[in-house]
Amino acid sequence: MKNDNFGKKVVGLIRDNTVPLMFILICAVCIPISGFSLPYLINEIVTRMGRNIFLILALLIPIMSGMGLNFGMTLGAMAGEIALIFVSDWQIWGIPGVVLAMILSIPISVLLGAFCGKILNMAKGREMITSYILSFFMNGIYQLLVLYIMGSLIPIKHFSIKLPRGYGIRNTVSLLNMRQCLDNLLAVRVGGVKIPVLTFIIIGVLCLFIVWFRRTKLGQDMRAVGQDMGVARDAGINVERTRIISIVMSTVLAGFGMIIYLQNMGNIATYSSHSQIGMFCIAALLVGGASVDRASIGNVFLGVVLFHTMFIVAPKAGAVITGDSMIGEYFRVFVSYAVITLALIMYETKKRKHKSLVGQQLQQAQKEADAHE
Amino acid sequence: MANANTPLLEMRNIKKDFFGNQVLSDINLTLREGEVLGLCGENGAGKSTLMKILFGMDVIRETGGYEGDILISGEKVKFNTPFDALAAGIGMVHQEFSLIPGFTATENILLNREPKKKNVISEVFGDRLNTLDYNEMTGRAEAAIDKMGFSIDKNMVISEMPVGHKQFTEIARELSKEQLKLLILDEPTAVLTEKEAEALLASIRSMSKQGIAVIFITHRLHEILAVCDKVVVMRDGLVVADVAAKDTTVEEISKWMVGRSVDTTAKAEVRDNEGAKIAMSIKRLWVDMPGETVRDVSLDIREGEILGIGGLAGQGKLGIPNGIMGLYEAGGTVIFQGQEIPLNSPRKCLDASLAFVSEDRRGVGLLLDETLEWNVAFPAMQVQNKFLKNYLGGLVKWRDEKAIREVTERYIDELAIKCTGSKQKARELSGGNQQKVCLAKAFALEPKFLFVSEPTRGIDVGAKALVLEALRRFNRDSGVTVVMISSELEELRSICDRIAIVSGGKIAGIRPASDPSEDFGMLMVSMVK
Amino acid sequence: MNETLDRTNLTLRDRLKAAVESFGLPRLIIAGFLLLLFIAAPFVGSDFWTQISNTLNRFSWNAVMVLAMVPMIHSGCGLNFGLPLGIISGLLGATLSIEFGFTGPLSFLMAIVISTPISLILGAGYGWLLNKIKGGEMMIATYVGFSSVSFMCMMWLLLPYHSPTMVWGFSGKGLRTTISLEGFYDKVLANFLQINIGNLSIPTGTLLFFALLAFGMWAFLHTKTGTAMTAVGSNPTFAKAAGVNVDKMRLLSVMLSTWLAAIGILVYEQGFGFIQLYMAPFYMALPAVSAILIGGASVNKASITNVIIGTILFQGIVTMTPTVMNNMIHMDMSEVIRVVASQGMILYALTRKTEGAK
Repeated sequence: MKNDNFGKKVVGLIRDNTVPLMFILICAVCIPISGFSLPYLINEIVTRMGRNIFLILALLIPIMSGMGLNFGMTLGAMAGEIALIFVSDWQIWGIPGVVLAMILSIPISVLLGAFCGKILNMAKGREMITSYILSFFMNGIYQLLVLYIMGSLIPIKHFSIKLPRGYGIRNTVSLLNMRQCLDNLLAVRVGGVKIPVLTFIIIGVLCLFIVWFRRTKLGQDMRAVGQDMGVARDAGINVERTRIISIVMSTVLAGFGMIIYLQNMGNIATYSSHSQIGMFCIAALLVGGASVDRASIGNVFLGVVLFHTMFIVAPKAGAVITGDSMIGEYFRVFVSYAVITLALIMYETKKRKHKSLVGQQLQQAQKEADAHE
Repeated sequence: MANANTPLLEMRNIKKDFFGNQVLSDINLTLREGEVLGLCGENGAGKSTLMKILFGMDVIRETGGYEGDILISGEKVKFNTPFDALAAGIGMVHQEFSLIPGFTATENILLNREPKKKNVISEVFGDRLNTLDYNEMTGRAEAAIDKMGFSIDKNMVISEMPVGHKQFTEIARELSKEQLKLLILDEPTAVLTEKEAEALLASIRSMSKQGIAVIFITHRLHEILAVCDKVVVMRDGLVVADVAAKDTTVEEISKWMVGRSVDTTAKAEVRDNEGAKIAMSIKRLWVDMPGETVRDVSLDIREGEILGIGGLAGQGKLGIPNGIMGLYEAGGTVIFQGQEIPLNSPRKCLDASLAFVSEDRRGVGLLLDETLEWNVAFPAMQVQNKFLKNYLGGLVKWRDEKAIREVTERYIDELAIKCTGSKQKARELSGGNQQKVCLAKAFALEPKFLFVSEPTRGIDVGAKALVLEALRRFNRDSGVTVVMISSELEELRSICDRIAIVSGGKIAGIRPASDPSEDFGMLMVSMVK
Repeated sequence: MNETLDRTNLTLRDRLKAAVESFGLPRLIIAGFLLLLFIAAPFVGSDFWTQISNTLNRFSWNAVMVLAMVPMIHSGCGLNFGLPLGIISGLLGATLSIEFGFTGPLSFLMAIVISTPISLILGAGYGWLLNKIKGGEMMIATYVGFSSVSFMCMMWLLLPYHSPTMVWGFSGKGLRTTISLEGFYDKVLANFLQINIGNLSIPTGTLLFFALLAFGMWAFLHTKTGTAMTAVGSNPTFAKAAGVNVDKMRLLSVMLSTWLAAIGILVYEQGFGFIQLYMAPFYMALPAVSAILIGGASVNKASITNVIIGTILFQGIVTMTPTVMNNMIHMDMSEVIRVVASQGMILYALTRKTEGAK
């Protein structure tokens, strides 16, 4: 009996964590094949953790308020990029540059987030597809701003970032002078692995903030709105406003996250940096075992480690197996999309799990009544 | 402070109409501190409208407000929103749960009224960033549960609770409001087990001892007698009785609920089809229709009769046709003209020449965005291949627009459907005319057996008579067996030959329609669950 | 007196407002914008008839893929963001037809023949999936499309193709990203009965082919099954109560849509002259989705007229903006305008209060 229970628990645990387990398996197979050394791998993963975790944490708040995976975090990424473009035009480098960019990104993020929240309130129940399309729409506006308005209407002085034609921003904006300035400050080396302590401290502070935030009135309201908008509204919670705040917070955090990400990379790919970021962050979060309606900080950390291990080793492993390096490249792209697809399907089917249980109960009740007679 | 003689609540000459349809006329009600008032009446008697007025629900204001005065402790009040009512000390537990499934009982009890602690960040960014004071929350939730007198686990998550405990959580939430003076309970025992129901009654007594007045709405009349100080019975928007509970009986109350002082709508002709063949035999039917669960129904329907099925809302009368016609999961056996009809398959029922006019006109009955032609012809086209032209030896089944128009126009004439033409969209018609389209749809199938569910719900008096007349004609002229389900007993009595009453998901009894209303009333409340 | 006057004024304004409302402001703006472009075209020195020819040409390439949206909208499955799945079936048909050595017009026919069973099988699987997740179709459709495209990226490399016209020259395996259709079915439809008057050229064959498919769709919607499909989309409970097998109808609509997408990409390729593999089909659903919405469809209602109007408007903007805008303000803002107009249209449709698919 006890064994039986234990067995059931294990089966349940496996079923609930199918995706992470699958990834552990993929990584376990690919790591030895790829032939990367352990220190190299660890070094890469630590770097990527510092680079990505902040961005992924930005996804947690909309999930809490029941708005699903925020494909609109791209908007925050755009805000971060715009802020960085300005800061590098003004030639403010290093830590002050990063801090200024963060401050500058806040009003842009708030504006974009509020817009996104308003739109999503008009599309309740289909937030994800709407925020997804919204990110494309905003990409058009972003291009308009960066390619045509910057340099013509908004003054851009520095020739290194301006297109030769006199307006518009170059395809790449170099951030060489602030490259890894956060990561290098207070960095320590442990056995050949560079640990960007300051970045991790910032991430830690954000984690603490999120834990604390869950315990605030606003956090409680968001959870309530996320689970049942009708009940929350009846209890006097301003549902629309709460949802907008949640998206605004996510957008602002995504803006910060993007700045951290880009200072690590050392340059901005002006027209493409943000376009895939939402997809990769969402995939990483889901790989960590999160679902559309439930995600924790633990999911974020596990997801980053697993997803990026796969990302590092897949091309090499693919090349070793098939002799073609592109296979691995495509494989990791496929896996990213497949994970999101799978998570969405699991979420939707769970929502619709039929409760033919009631029918069985009614039949049972008839039988019991017969037995009494 | 009001003096001791002023009642806590006084409602004076309350009147309310919905677009000219009078649903409440001259309601007077008084309630003192700590008094328990039992409110009963059939569905549609006006109980819930009255409570909505008292609770300041939006729907009242949106439909033009009400007339008359409400006084709380002698002072005239006007509630524009439920929040005004809450502030004045009125709490209400609705029939549908209003709980956050993933929250604990404590979190739900104090939803949006959580005690908070200030902090540095909230000083800057505003009150909503105050942290919750969990200790204080636990304390208040405990106090409310104590006040209720029925113990529930305050740390249990709602979605894991048995349904009865959810009900108690709602009550505890109302009790946790300090200013609470009056609690309205709308059919709270409907979801409770017998034991829990008793506990609830005990809890009502203890609330009353603490000075909280309670309005208790229920169909279980013995509960009212067990716990209430006085009983108010409503019928057709009037208070027909307002007596002390100790002076009355279950029989008397049920008589008040259904009885007509002057029996104007007496039956024109009741046919006794005693010897007729059995058209349909239903055995041990159960149906999982949320809110209208059928538990164990066995029923024989005679060839050519009009059988009425009545009963209070939520007792399962609507589940019977919906289950047989395959719209909700069902079990048991249904034999029609000697053939067993497989359940859970609408197509098989339609193939066997059954037809169904659903009570949910807009949800099930109509294609709101399509033309009347489509609405009328669609089922007959799909099931019986009517209104189709065959090409290429039947390979292509082409819609025969002309035949469709003809049949639609025929029914528009026959049923006097008011519309601009057969191409009008169903959405644009009035409720009564939509109902006629639903009937036309069923008639076009030329069925041998017809279920009609709540055919007159939400339509005006004139249309009502027309719809009933159309049904009667259909039965008499085409010899079609009709089963009509309705909440309005008098309507059933005016058209049916026999009436079956459903109570607690079972058939409580079948009688000729000519029997007095009171008998049916007794059946209605006999097995209420 | 005055009061009655006011009232008539008001109703007139209301009526105008209602007309705009029902047509949709974004649609009005887009149509107006296109009209402006046509008027402006001669002034900035671009030839009117060339513009018309280009628009017609692009219309003929894309119309079938837009038509593929119709069945799923009718059955209530929403906008088919999973179009790439059908496109992949078409690509498989195209590459296999060439691999098997067919050339000329026959290769086009064989591509259709081969892609048909593939698209029906994939469509059936896709439809089965969408039946499991009713109400959440659009988001999952999007990602089914993405997953299948990225999966096929691996397959294009791994599948044992050998035709020298298609594989990479130096390694002798793995398909190229772009395959020229010269000698195969480049312009097979377009050249059929092509009409050339001065600068105006009309790809009659392609237009006829589209007309044939559009007529087929129109006819299908007039049959018993087509009627049932529309009813399922309009009110699934009504359809169920009328004895229609709702899941079967939805499945059929998804298969039909996937098949049309496969044919659509083949028609596109014959006009364009190249097969584009790998990530090319990735975002192909979005132009088709916005085109039908611009044409006046909503998330749950669409007609053949919507397809034709929408494709003309959308492709008109795509072809006209680069030339006309460039000449007018000397800035190539066509990309931005295309993105904002098309995505804006989808956003508009998604934020309307309509029930049904999400």
